[in-house]
Amino acid sequence: MGEGGVIAGQIFNGISVASILLLAALGLALSFGVMNVINMAHGEMLMLGGYLSYLACRVLPGPGGFLVALAVAFGGTFLFGALLEVIVIRRLYGRPLDTLLATWGISLILQQGARSLFGPIGVEVVAPHWLNGSVSMHGTLAGLDLPYVRLFIIVLAIAVLGLVALFIAKTAWGLRLRAVHQDREMAEALGVNTRTVDLVVFALGAGVAGLAGSVLALISPVTPTVGQSYIVYAFLVVIVGGLGSLVGTALAALLVGLFSCSLQIFTSVSLADVLLLVLVILFIQFRPKGIVVRRSRAIEA
Amino acid sequence: MQSRLDLLRSKALRYGITLLVFAAAPYFLSSYDVSLLGRFLAMSILALGLSLVWGWGGILSLGQGVFFGLGGYAIAMHLKLAALAPGDLPDFMVWTGMDHLPGWWSVFHNTKFALVAALAAPSLAAAGLAWLVFHRRVGGVYFALITQALALAFGTLLISQQSYTGGFNGLTDFGALFGFPLADPRTERLLYWLTLALLALVFAALQWVLSTDFGKILMAIRDGENRMRFLGYNPAPYKVVAFAIGGACAGVAGALFTLHVGVISPAMVGVVPSIEMVIWVAVGGRSSLLGAIIGTLLVNFGKDRISSALPELWLFVMGLLFVVVVMILPRGLSGIGEHWQRLHGWRFLAKFRKPSDPKQGGRTCVGCTWPYGRRS
Repeated sequence: MGEGGVIAGQIFNGISVASILLLAALGLALSFGVMNVINMAHGEMLMLGGYLSYLACRVLPGPGGFLVALAVAFGGTFLFGALLEVIVIRRLYGRPLDTLLATWGISLILQQGARSLFGPIGVEVVAPHWLNGSVSMHGTLAGLDLPYVRLFIIVLAIAVLGLVALFIAKTAWGLRLRAVHQDREMAEALGVNTRTVDLVVFALGAGVAGLAGSVLALISPVTPTVGQSYIVYAFLVVIVGGLGSLVGTALAALLVGLFSCSLQIFTSVSLADVLLLVLVILFIQFRPKGIVVRRSRAIEA
Repeated sequence: MQSRLDLLRSKALRYGITLLVFAAAPYFLSSYDVSLLGRFLAMSILALGLSLVWGWGGILSLGQGVFFGLGGYAIAMHLKLAALAPGDLPDFMVWTGMDHLPGWWSVFHNTKFALVAALAAPSLAAAGLAWLVFHRRVGGVYFALITQALALAFGTLLISQQSYTGGFNGLTDFGALFGFPLADPRTERLLYWLTLALLALVFAALQWVLSTDFGKILMAIRDGENRMRFLGYNPAPYKVVAFAIGGACAGVAGALFTLHVGVISPAMVGVVPSIEMVIWVAVGGRSSLLGAIIGTLLVNFGKDRISSALPELWLFVMGLLFVVVVMILPRGLSGIGEHWQRLHGWRFLAKFRKPSDPKQGGRTCVGCTWPYGRRS
């Protein structure tokens, strides 16, 4: 493989990592932007989605089984997110740091629960045969293979991003969501049921994370701690992206994914982690509010 | 005036008696429990710092383990070198094929340097990080997430740089400190008293810090950062100093912990241990220094007992602790204590005392917000 092939391969890897990060960070960014809530158990939504699609694929082994698994993962984590919102999150409204701690507790319980149920060793979701194989490149990029699985993940991430954007821009619920995002009190005064909006936002975010977990299961085994390895990067994406902006989140996911993959060419994985953090801290020196800044007259944005 | 003096006296008396009981612990507890207690008292120093940072400064740090680790590794590097014959290399460096000691390792031959580094490295690192983040007015949840990323990066860095840090196993097999062999029971006892003394010192120092103008401004920043800006204060330096003090406490705790346990490894400084440190303080009551110590002791003894009997259960218990403490007891045990005190007073002491203002011993709990703590 030529030099160009290696770099292009890393870029492709970066984009596919970025698309999983995007799916994972989307829900975080939404609930942080709208509700000012950081959900530390968000990584466990990924894990839950992974295990749900594992179970679905066990029940339905056929070629279409994985599509069902995607739906099950989304639906299951959506419901779980809704439950979590009703039981815990809404009782801690206005206390972001406390929400963070409570959801961390929930994430510990979920991890240990998964460990007791499925064991500490990962379970595999076998990719359906229509995802086996890869696109081979020619010319200067000869030798570079783009596996279908990773292409599928990229396409899915873009599709989900598009759907969520449509949901926010075109539907009645999206309108309410934007209203609450811009000015919670005013929206409430105008008759928007902010509690239901919060519920929808949170459950949707969890559902999207479940999807992320489901596709993640295609490329790596699902373990009780699978969420932990992605969640810190997802938080960095939220920090870089700015408060609850879809465009910002997408750009930030791309940046973080590409940076960490290209840093890995030159250094080791762990040094890449450290450098990534340094870059994020440097970044907020210049743009403390993230890539996309929400203009507001409010002093406490 | 008289009553205030009485209060002070009785408070000093209570603290004095508690300190004496703890100092006498090696004479009535099993040596296993004493070694645990010493370790947990060392960790309490970190909890005190975290209480200042989080409870009084409103800055939630999920990366105290990093500063704990900096203190621990600084002292461990010295101990490692002190245990070697001149010219030898630490064992893990030999295994990973290093042929000479790196310069930044050899300076730790000097005991004084190592002790200063154990304090200076964590405080400077904490101050630097806090300055970079706070002077751009980034704070709150962002800061918590950045410190968590820091803990992750620090942990992976330690594991990956095996030839410099001992990797996953960390640094262990120490000999002696100042010529005192660490394994000797007498050294252990001395170390226990040293830890207790340092804890008392840090406790008193933080009490004093909180009583100064600095402490009041810090609290005001916690409760209304923008109001303080309008009043002409720049919050950043106050938060930076508070965070640096927290880092220094963590470093001292890490150094003492390493001496007690005889090992420091990435497993004690990463993301999970760092957030465990927060629950110690949360259980005791985030804005109570005494609560921070009590919480640390309770949670860690609980962890020791539960995880030795039912290892699977501990993570469930800890997860539940987070949820329950935050949702039902945001002010931790100290919240219950205050509530009880306001409701009943020190009634069992009342017969020794002249009848005071009837309102104080009344049954209603005026101004007490338990169980709904201060909103943060």
